[in-house]
Amino acid sequence: MSDLVPISITVNGRRYELEVEPRLLLVHLLREKLLLTGTHVGCDTSQCGACTVLLDGRSAKSCTVFAVQADGSEVVTIEGLERDGQLHPVQEGFWEEHGLQCGYCTPGMIVSVVDLLNENPNPTEAEIRAGISGNFCRCTGYQHIVKAAQYAAARMRGVSS
Amino acid sequence: MIPTKFAYRRAASIDEAIRLLQESGGEAKLLAGGHSLIPLMKLRLSEPALLIDIGRIPDLRGIRERDGLIEIGATTTHHELATSELLRRLAPVVSEAAAEIGDPQVRHRGTIGGSLAHADPAADLPAVMVAIDAEIHLKGPNGWRTVPAESFFQDLFTVDMQPDEVLAAVKFRPVWHAAYAKLHQRASHYAIVGVCAALAIENGTIRSARVAVTGASTHAQRLPNVEERLVGRQPTQAVIDEAASVAGDTLEDVNSDIHASEEYRRAMVKVFTRRALERAVARA
Ligand SMILES: Cc1cc2nc3c(=O)[nH]c(=O)nc-3n(C[C@H](O)[C@H](O)[C@H](O)COP(=O)(O)OP(=O)(O)OC[C@H]3O[C@@H](n4cnc5c(N)ncnc54)[C@H](O)[C@@H]3O)c2cc1C
Ligand code: FES
Ligand code: FES
Repeated sequence: MSDLVPISITVNGRRYELEVEPRLLLVHLLREKLLLTGTHVGCDTSQCGACTVLLDGRSAKSCTVFAVQADGSEVVTIEGLERDGQLHPVQEGFWEEHGLQCGYCTPGMIVSVVDLLNENPNPTEAEIRAGISGNFCRCTGYQHIVKAAQYAAARMRGVSS
Repeated sequence: MIPTKFAYRRAASIDEAIRLLQESGGEAKLLAGGHSLIPLMKLRLSEPALLIDIGRIPDLRGIRERDGLIEIGATTTHHELATSELLRRLAPVVSEAAAEIGDPQVRHRGTIGGSLAHADPAADLPAVMVAIDAEIHLKGPNGWRTVPAESFFQDLFTVDMQPDEVLAAVKFRPVWHAAYAKLHQRASHYAIVGVCAALAIENGTIRSARVAVTGASTHAQRLPNVEERLVGRQPTQAVIDEAASVAGDTLEDVNSDIHASEEYRRAMVKVFTRRALERAVARA
């Protein structure tokens, strides 16, 4: 039995043709095969959201997806958010509003906020907190993360804050 | 954490999935959203030799209305349920309950079929399906079979489904006077106690009542003594309070774990039954 399965996957706009073991998790593909170590492993038990990426446009915990399931899919990681050296407005929000301390949760947190704002460009504070409910932060107490999301929402709607 | 080795096949149709299940002689498992199965495989609590991915079978996905029934394909995600215009119009309780599952990431991947087939004692949708009297449609080597949700859920992680059957869809009639009330575990959002109440109210009288609980015991089940105290009466606060006051008294094997003791769960079954009934009535 051949153990390897061919997959084709687009990550941050670049297409890869790979052969992978079915048990390879998407997060390990990203970190260990593609060397995109911005996506973190926190709990490894589907709880903390540190491994969150966009999978076909929607946030997903990449520690709970097999790479073979992402065959033919498009993945965006934290590395894929900036454009031509310009931070994504959500990244800028985390910078301006001090949305991180140790930074461990940050890549997943930012991707979740991007997902939220894609669906809901003008969220209430409660909607922001619900939007990041799959991401745990052990440092900030979330307050500055909420502010970062509000900053980004205003920027993306073209309102200066 | 790395699962044990397994082979992977992506099924193109329901029939191919059934055939692969049969050929495997019990060594295979279906993979839908993976949000119950993959965590178990990482802990090596589940070690299937073959995973049959049903995530891309077109016939298994989507929400439709047909012949007065709402039909939801098994691999429809919780997010799709939560944001469905059709469900918000014809069965808002299903959308509301799905919107309370886990977190956004879990809702983007997890599916209704996976949730029902897995039958976690703390899962939300089983209670909703029992309360709204949904039919579970299964397909196996001998064709189709329909099971009422009420008898589908049998015990802890145990449902009326054979190893070579696929849960293809659920079907139910439109339902308005229904609500789901849940006490969630703060980290995972699984139900410590969840209660779904579905009422039919005509001319100010409760014509029928189905009330189902999850999280409290081994599996989702009805609360017959609550229902009895509602049918034929007017949906007043006094009637609701009286019915809720006996909620859970018939339950055996009430869970006691790190999240909540049996005593606390029993108390919360009453509180959340009252809330579900109040909301179902307010909607009517
Ligand atoms: C962090 C976290 C929080 C969660 N919180 C909640 C919550 O609050 N409430 C809640 O209800 N759930 C919760 N869940 C569970 C989530 O809803 C799962 O998605 C769901 O229980 C399983 O669906 P799945 O599609 O992921 O199934 P999978 O994990 O792919 O499969 C689960 C089982 O069902 C079988 N199966 C799947 N589909 C079928 C089918 N069509 N026919 C026959 N067998 C099938 C599989 O073989 C497997 O044994 C949570 C999960 C996580 C990881
Ligand atoms: S590492 Fe994936 S959810 Fe924590
Ligand atoms: S900044 Fe440290 S975990 Fe969030």
